[in-house]
Order: sequence, then structure tokens, then C-alpha cells
Amino acid sequence: MTHAGTHTPARDTGKAGIRTVAPAPGRADPPPAPRRARTWRLLTPWLFLLAPLTLLITFTYAPIANMVAYSFTDWDGVSPELHYTGAENYAEIFTREDLFQVFWVSGYYLAASVIQIVAALYFATILSFSIRFRNFFKGVLFFPSLVNGVAIGFVFLYFFQDGGTLDTVLGLFGHHSDRAWLGTPASANVSLAGVSIWRYLGMNFVLFLGAIQSVPGELYEAAELDGAGRWHQFRYVILPGIKPVLTLTVILSVSGSLSAFEIPYIMTGGATGTETFVIQTVKLAFQFNKTGLASAAAVVLLLIILLVTWVQRRLVPDDRVDLV
Amino acid sequence: MNRRTIHVLATTAAAALLLPGCTGTGGSTKGADAKAPDDPAKVSGSITVLTVRTDLVQDGTMKRYAAEFNKTYPKVKVEFQALTNYEAEIKIRMNTDDYGDVLLIPAVIKKNDYPKFFASLGTVAERGKKYRFTDFTTVDGKVYGQSPVGVMPGFVYNKRIWKEAGVTAWPTTPAAFLTALKAIKAKTDAVPYYTNFAAQWPLTSWTYVDGAVHCDPQATTKLAEGDPWAQGSDLRVGDTLLYDIVKQGLAEKDPTTSNWEESKPRTAKGEIATQWLGTWAIIQFQDAAKKAGVNPDDIGFMPFPAQTGGAYCATVGPDYNQAVNVHSKHKEAARAWIDWFTDKSGYDKDNLAISPLKDAAMPTVLKPYEEAGVKLIELDDSAGARVKLIDDRSEVGIFKPEYRQDLVDLARGAKKGSLDDFLSGLGKKWTETQASVGDR
Repeated sequence: MTHAGTHTPARDTGKAGIRTVAPAPGRADPPPAPRRARTWRLLTPWLFLLAPLTLLITFTYAPIANMVAYSFTDWDGVSPELHYTGAENYAEIFTREDLFQVFWVSGYYLAASVIQIVAALYFATILSFSIRFRNFFKGVLFFPSLVNGVAIGFVFLYFFQDGGTLDTVLGLFGHHSDRAWLGTPASANVSLAGVSIWRYLGMNFVLFLGAIQSVPGELYEAAELDGAGRWHQFRYVILPGIKPVLTLTVILSVSGSLSAFEIPYIMTGGATGTETFVIQTVKLAFQFNKTGLASAAAVVLLLIILLVTWVQRRLVPDDRVDLV
Repeated sequence: MNRRTIHVLATTAAAALLLPGCTGTGGSTKGADAKAPDDPAKVSGSITVLTVRTDLVQDGTMKRYAAEFNKTYPKVKVEFQALTNYEAEIKIRMNTDDYGDVLLIPAVIKKNDYPKFFASLGTVAERGKKYRFTDFTTVDGKVYGQSPVGVMPGFVYNKRIWKEAGVTAWPTTPAAFLTALKAIKAKTDAVPYYTNFAAQWPLTSWTYVDGAVHCDPQATTKLAEGDPWAQGSDLRVGDTLLYDIVKQGLAEKDPTTSNWEESKPRTAKGEIATQWLGTWAIIQFQDAAKKAGVNPDDIGFMPFPAQTGGAYCATVGPDYNQAVNVHSKHKEAARAWIDWFTDKSGYDKDNLAISPLKDAAMPTVLKPYEEAGVKLIELDDSAGARVKLIDDRSEVGIFKPEYRQDLVDLARGAKKGSLDDFLSGLGKKWTETQASVGDR
């Protein structure tokens, strides 16, 4: 940023350059513009911000404020009357063990996101070196991110079906499994977490690839000249170079694991021990019509995620990357 | 960000916080009436009819009904909106005034709030003479909705397969039913029973065994007052049967990946022998049979395997009730549609369903019922609202799929525990909530 700042005026007309060199005596600033022009100058950035700010407030902050307000009521989601119940909903959430038990399910998604990050990092590193069919493989890896999550849910229902795609493929390799993939809580959660790896791998991969490619090429050459192999290049050039992106991905994965929703919701609806905290919240709101309690649960989830993020930032401070 | 902007943002946030104070429908127009028009030729206006029948809207059947309707009411323009996820979508729309002119009463609306959302169709005294199911929507003596069809829970089964297994008479006890399913498993290739676990909602129909087991029209009231899973009670008998079916391996191998749409042709073809659904399903299964090129007459329907005084019992209840939006600008036209659709459209016959008109004949598919002397009863729904409230408060969910999914998981060993503990746990949750729910 500082770079660009010093460059622009110098490249500007000579006049500006002269002014910085020799300011008018007794006065560092140009004479004040007329009042109207000044107002405009103050307003312009806000005018540009008007549209995004309106959208942001209408669709993000107002609903959140609403949600917080609902969390203090006993609203059922449709009735014209609602009663203010104070912190009762929060008290209920923190006194009911069963509401927090579902967080164990997030463990599966956390484990999955470790695999996901490692795999994405691996592929991103490999594909950043020159390899045959590189672009093809990039496409293959990124493709799942383009598919609608609902469609993925349905496709994988067939995939895991008794005698479905997975069984057929395993059969080709001579392994005739006779198991219900979504049948037991452990197997169902592993399967669902597998689907979520498939779905989100591409996104992480692209983030890593972009970060790796922003590492200056001379560094690799220099490292190679110093006799560094692929592993050392990865360890001492790539890894430190992409650290901020890596940290970001880890944060996103953790919060994503805590709030896993669409894949389990579409595929099992939370049955057979696959219920996540968000599914539970949705059920409270739309099945049992406890909008107030569900809002409180959503607020609690938000706070938990903020807390986890904060702890993570503490553990891994976002220090400046300085490769050069 | 300077101080003024922060101030502006804070005000906006505060305003947003105050918003929920008014949730759209303020209840100012409480208690309007939708009177039946005197002269069909004079009623005019454009009305929007909300429906769950996406299939009928797409294939133009609803349009044909509307065209027929226009022969009597030429000045009324009818438009349809089919909602795929009706309950969830309508709940959000009902926070505004704009939820169609004619709609189906969603389960989420508390009965006492009906007058705030719907216009009355008349008093229970006058409507009750002509129509069935009026007390399901009656508040303070006024009726707010009318179902165009009556439905009856029961087993949809493949007659050919049952015959091949050597079972020709309907089982009279749950034990005999299990024996029949075992025979099907042993003698045919069919899956004896299909849970439709993944589609979730088919499992909720097991709640509608209530009343049929002991032939008790007061079954709903009993749910509101006692433990629904007490020894020998209707729900316990039903749930135990479902548990035993799954436990004894008489259901599909992997319920978690079951497929509702696929189950229709499979039942028609005889790959699946039995499913617990309702009369409304018969036509869909027959259609599936026609599409699959097999005999639609193979689709049979049988009552719950229990007899009281030597006779089977079956409960007849309303499907979704149609109602007029209290904010509608064309209440007369909307009312005209409901009356016409209920009385004259033939929708009930097209769906082989029970007519909501008291004097109408039974549909032909239920001929075996008449021959077997099945007693049809209508449940008293005066405690229905209270039951729903207990259901929501306790989070037991007798009208929701979850607990039955847990029951199936329990039966196939995917969840630990015993049936007795499971059902008594539900009963405990239910009865504890009963005490805290006032008379609403």
C-alpha cells in the first residue's frame, strides 16, 4: 500500500511533484475548496457505500438484530402475539444437556476438515509445479464446488444406497460389501463428512493455489540453486508464504464444522445420530415452532464461533509474511 | 467511521430491534366472515389459491377445475400457487397479509388464532349438518376451514404378493400381521414392509393408528389427558408393531437410503409388499402401476390389524382444510371456490377419497371395507389443539418424523436402548409437559 501511495503523485503531473518538493511558504495544504465542493468530497465515498451498506444492513445486521430480539421472547414464528421472557431461553439452552450433545457430531466434520486441508494443500502444491494435464486436474478438483449443495445431497443418497454407486465400485475391486453406509451413527457421520470433504476440497484448493502462486517465482529458483528438494521448497518457501491463507482456512473449517448443515440435512435430516447444532436449531424453529428458543440457540452458536475464532487468533497470531 | 455514523448505525440497529414488536398481522381484522355469494353470476374478482398439489398444478388438472368452476362463476379468475415445502413457506408468508385468498390451514397456527388469520365459513350448527370434520376447525362455534377430502390411514399392500405368500384374510392382530409378513419374506422376493425412513413424513402416519386400535372416538382427548404410551394404548400398540417389523428384519435392509418416489412403482410391481400410509396414497400407487405396466388392481388397502368387538375400526379424518384469508379482498369469490371445490369439483372422486359430504357414498376402493364390516369412526377433535401444543412444547413430536426414526434406529440396533425405556421416556416427557400446558 505504501508503495502505491508514493508512486502515484510522482507519476502525476509535474505540478504535484513540485508542490511536494517546495510547498508554498506558510501553508502546507492547498487553499480550501468552496464549501459545496468540500461537502461533495466528504459525501462521495458514502454515496458509493450507500448500496453495499443498505444491503449489508438490510440483509445482515437487521436480521441479526431481529434474531437477538426474538431470542428473548417465546414467539412461535407466526402468532401475532409474543411475550418477552427475559433470558429464559438462554437459561434453557445452558441447562439442557441434550442441546449440546450434538456438538460431538461436529467432531467428525473437524476430523474431515483436517483431511480436507491436508489434501487441498497437497494438490495445490503439486499442481503449482509444472505437471502434465495440470489445468485438467485443477478443473477436476474445483468442479464439486460449482455444484449446488442440494444436488450433491441427492446424488450422494444414490451413491450410498444399498447396491448403489459405492457398492458397485467396491464390487469392481472384488470387495462385495454388504453394509448400510448411512446405517449406524458412526458410519453415517463418516460418510457425510466424506461428502463434505468432496464438496469443499475444491474451494480450499483454489485458495491455496492462489496463495502459492503469489509467492515470487525467483524464490523457487533460488531454493533450487541452493539444492532444496520439493519437500524443502514446500517446507521453507511455500508453507511460510501461504501462512495467512492457511490460518484463514483453518478458521473457516472450524466454524464450518461447528455449523455443518446442508449435507446432513438433505441426506439424513439428522436421523441416526447425524444431527448437528444447526439442524437441531432448524428443527426447534420449524418443527416445534419454538422460534424464540431457536434464535437463542443461533445466538449461542454465533458466540461460540466468535470465541473459537478469537482463541485461534490468539494461538496463531497473524504476523506479517516477509519472504523477501 | 466518525461519531455521527456510529450514531446512525446505532439508531438503525435499535430500530431493527424494535421491529419484532409488530409482526405483520396485528389481528385488527379479527373475526371477519366469508359469506357464500347469493348470485354466482355477480361474484367477481381474481383469487389466488395456495395448494400443496404441485403435481396437479403442473399437469394442468387444477386449471381444468378452474375452467369448470368458471362455468358457474364466470367473473371469478382463479390462479394457483403450488408450494413444495408448504408448512415452512406458508409460516413465513403468514407474517404478512399476503398469503393468498384461499389457503390450506397450516399446522403451526394455533386453533385459537384462526379468527385472526381466516374468515369464518359459518357456524358449526349449520355446516355440521352437511359436512364432515367441521369440529377440526371450529373456534367459538364458528367454522374456519373445510377439507375437500376425507382420508383414512391404512396399509397399502400388493394383493398379488400377499396371496402368493398364502395370506388371503386380513390379519386381525399385530402378531398375525407379523406372521403374514414373515410368510411374505419366506415365500416371495418382496420386501415385506417398507418404512420410507428417508422421506421422513411417511413415518408420521403411524400416529394415525390412534383411535383405530380400540375403536375409540375419544382417542385424541386421551392423548391430551394421559400417557399416549401407557400399556395397551393405541400409540404403544402401533409403535410396538413398527418396532417388531423392523426388529424381526421384515423391513427394507437399509431404511436410511429409502426412496419414496421409487417405492410407489416398486410396490405396484410387487417388489415391496406393504406400507402404512392412507387412502390418499391408493391413487398414486395405481398411477405408478399403470406407468410401470402392471395391474393397478393389485393395489389393496387394509385396516390396522386390531379388532374391537369382532370388527376392524378405521378413523376418517380431514386432509388439509381450505380456508379464506381474513385479509382477502374477494372473500365471496374465495368462499365460492371452497364451496364449489368441496361440493361439485369431483376432486374427492378423482382421488378415490372419502367425500366430506355426509350423505355421499364411499369410494369403490373401500368396497372390501364394507364387505369386511369395518367400522368407520370420526375422532372428536375438541382436544386437538391441546395435543398439538403439548407435542410442540415437549418436543416429543408425535406429528413429526423424528421419534419414529429413532424407534426404527432402535429396532435395527443403530441406537442403544430398549423399547420399554424409549416409550416410557417419551411418555414421561409428554405427561410432564401436560401439566405445564394450560387449556388452550
